[in-house]
Amino acid sequence: MNGAAAILKALERQGVTTIFGHPGGTIMPTYDALYDSPIRHILVRHEQGGVHAATAYARASGKVGVVMATSGPGALNLVTGLQDALMDSTAVVAITGNVPQALIGTDAFQEADVCGITQPVTKHNFQIRDVGDIPRVIAEAFYIASTGRPGPVLVDVPKDVQLAPFSGSFDVEINLPGYRPTFRGHPRQIERALEALERAKKPVLMVGGGAQHASAELIAFAEKTGIPVIPTLMGLGAFPGTHRQFLGMPGMHGSVAANWAIHNADTILAIGLRFDDRVTGKVSRFAPNAHTIIHVDIDPAEIGKLVSTAIPVVGDAKWVAAELAKGAKKLSIAEWWQQVDEWRTKHPFSWNPKPYLQSQEVIHAFWEATGGKAVVTSGVGQHQMFTAQFFKFDQPRSWINSGGLGTMGVGLPFAIGAALARPGELVIDFDGDGSFQMTLQELATVKKYNLPVKIVILNNGFLGMVRQWQDLFHARRYSEVYLADSNPDFAKLAEAYGIKGLTLSDRGKLAEAVQEVLEHDGPVLLDCRVHHEEGVFPMIPSGGAAEDMIIENPREAVEAGD
Amino acid sequence: MRHVVSVLVQDKPGVLQRIAGLIARRGFNIESLAVGRTHQEGLSRISLVVTGDDRVLEQVEKQLNRLIEVIKVTDHSEPHVERELALVKVAVPGMEERLEIKDIAEAFRARIVDVARKSIIFELTGDSVKVHNFIEAMRPYGLMEVMRTGAVALSRGEQVLKVREKKAAV
Repeated sequence: MNGAAAILKALERQGVTTIFGHPGGTIMPTYDALYDSPIRHILVRHEQGGVHAATAYARASGKVGVVMATSGPGALNLVTGLQDALMDSTAVVAITGNVPQALIGTDAFQEADVCGITQPVTKHNFQIRDVGDIPRVIAEAFYIASTGRPGPVLVDVPKDVQLAPFSGSFDVEINLPGYRPTFRGHPRQIERALEALERAKKPVLMVGGGAQHASAELIAFAEKTGIPVIPTLMGLGAFPGTHRQFLGMPGMHGSVAANWAIHNADTILAIGLRFDDRVTGKVSRFAPNAHTIIHVDIDPAEIGKLVSTAIPVVGDAKWVAAELAKGAKKLSIAEWWQQVDEWRTKHPFSWNPKPYLQSQEVIHAFWEATGGKAVVTSGVGQHQMFTAQFFKFDQPRSWINSGGLGTMGVGLPFAIGAALARPGELVIDFDGDGSFQMTLQELATVKKYNLPVKIVILNNGFLGMVRQWQDLFHARRYSEVYLADSNPDFAKLAEAYGIKGLTLSDRGKLAEAVQEVLEHDGPVLLDCRVHHEEGVFPMIPSGGAAEDMIIENPREAVEAGD
Repeated sequence: MRHVVSVLVQDKPGVLQRIAGLIARRGFNIESLAVGRTHQEGLSRISLVVTGDDRVLEQVEKQLNRLIEVIKVTDHSEPHVERELALVKVAVPGMEERLEIKDIAEAFRARIVDVARKSIIFELTGDSVKVHNFIEAMRPYGLMEVMRTGAVALSRGEQVLKVREKKAAV
């Protein structure tokens, strides 16, 4: 056995069955060994597609996603995806080849300082210099990636290490004296949290992406207390979107009820979220009435980083939520609910029907037709926010998008990863025409493995979110956001890859198109020609607060003569 | 506010780069950073001087703790010993100044480690304030070169930074 075969054996020992990747010069020994390995390799068309697919695979399955790339350009193409996984706390292991050790530091062909370059975009990284270290390093990489606050870990393996003979054992001991995540929250702090909630008159529960695995415990806690629940963009699905205590997501494009509830809350219990500026707006004006913020997070560095916390609880969301549920009592907050319900009834997410097709109604139609039973991915932009607003996620791990980094182009590779993680389930990618074009070469991957993903492009011929900001904050000076003059015919493009392609521009035919997409056995792309001037509302301008919320499109108010 | 922070780390390739990179990326203001081996194999110790309020210090510590190779971080808010080593090359214009310079050095307990016709190198240890004051005292004569190590620190008494024994099972 050589080092390359040992890498694959070590991956097998970690339960890896699927790897995403793209071969190249310095990783060829491992690709050679792959030929004899039971591990399935998914050949993507660009390494960025591979790392995004691995990320979605991890998020959809709860396992570790694995991506492989060659040195230099191959490894560098992982950088965006690694940072995306880091920001959204996803367990990904990247294996990269490197030039032989004798050439390291000589500016050899396809050499780059991959460990140096990926340090800021990974939870940790390794370079294996001795073939005997392979089993231990792979075990440590998986342990670090999947425990504590999950994150991406890169393992760089010079070509000579892959080729060196290996005869060691795979029974290894992990020795990381500096790494011991705190899993169990402090009992006294949990007690204090429960006491604070009992005293609260206007409490809310905020739930983030770090609580996706704690859904059952959160529901138990929420139902026992009767507290209003606000999942963040990353937390959607962790608490059911159709639950009567669900208020919608908070923040820049969050619901009126969620934002007003946070603004007026006296006590906030936040579990598994990091108070991103898209959630808080201007921190100094965030939740001004909350005298008690209880923050539960497995990463101590997140607690108190942006928002002052009265009761910090360092621990795993699932474990802490279960403890909270155990000690929880019914809260007397009928008056608070009356207020919250009023906001919710008065300002639901809605749209005004127009003669032309709108993104919101497309997403709503898919939600209705599927009963919400789908794994949904999106790119980044208006379509992402519309999906978060109008698709009601009832299941955890059913909404995979790029929250922290806001990476355009993730939609299609995310759908590929989700389809491989959850075979037999419906996977829909709601994408934008701008976002989709950043990684559309992965249509080839969809074709190659006949992945039955449904790609729904909400095509408004613009970089819609940028255009919306230009509309509101740059005096409608639409600088470099027009795409329609050079967009391809997306249906024909899909057909060119051997994938069924459909175009929809008549809103009267929406229901029919949705059925056709869902009934088609295999991958399909639906190009929805939506109106070019739609905006995402409500909106809190960047750096603003709940009080600055623009509830309805100001242009529509003007046009309607208000 | 000036804080002295000690960091016990695994002595692995790239650790210093990780720490320096993290600090720079997060925008913390570093006054000095000194690193060396410990008496235990595989462990190095870093003394770090940062300026900022308690919030900044808390974040520096928490962020350092996130690094996998960082074993322990402590802020020396309790009584501690702090020292810095400096080598200072001073120009000696003439005989008269030579005597003055030597007198000043004696007051600071600086040792002469090199003497040439027109220069003297002094070696000085002490806390950062003492080193600073010595340099300022020498400035009028003509500072030719100054090399400071940055502060190193240990807590007084029995308190130590150590590794918890216990290995995680695979």
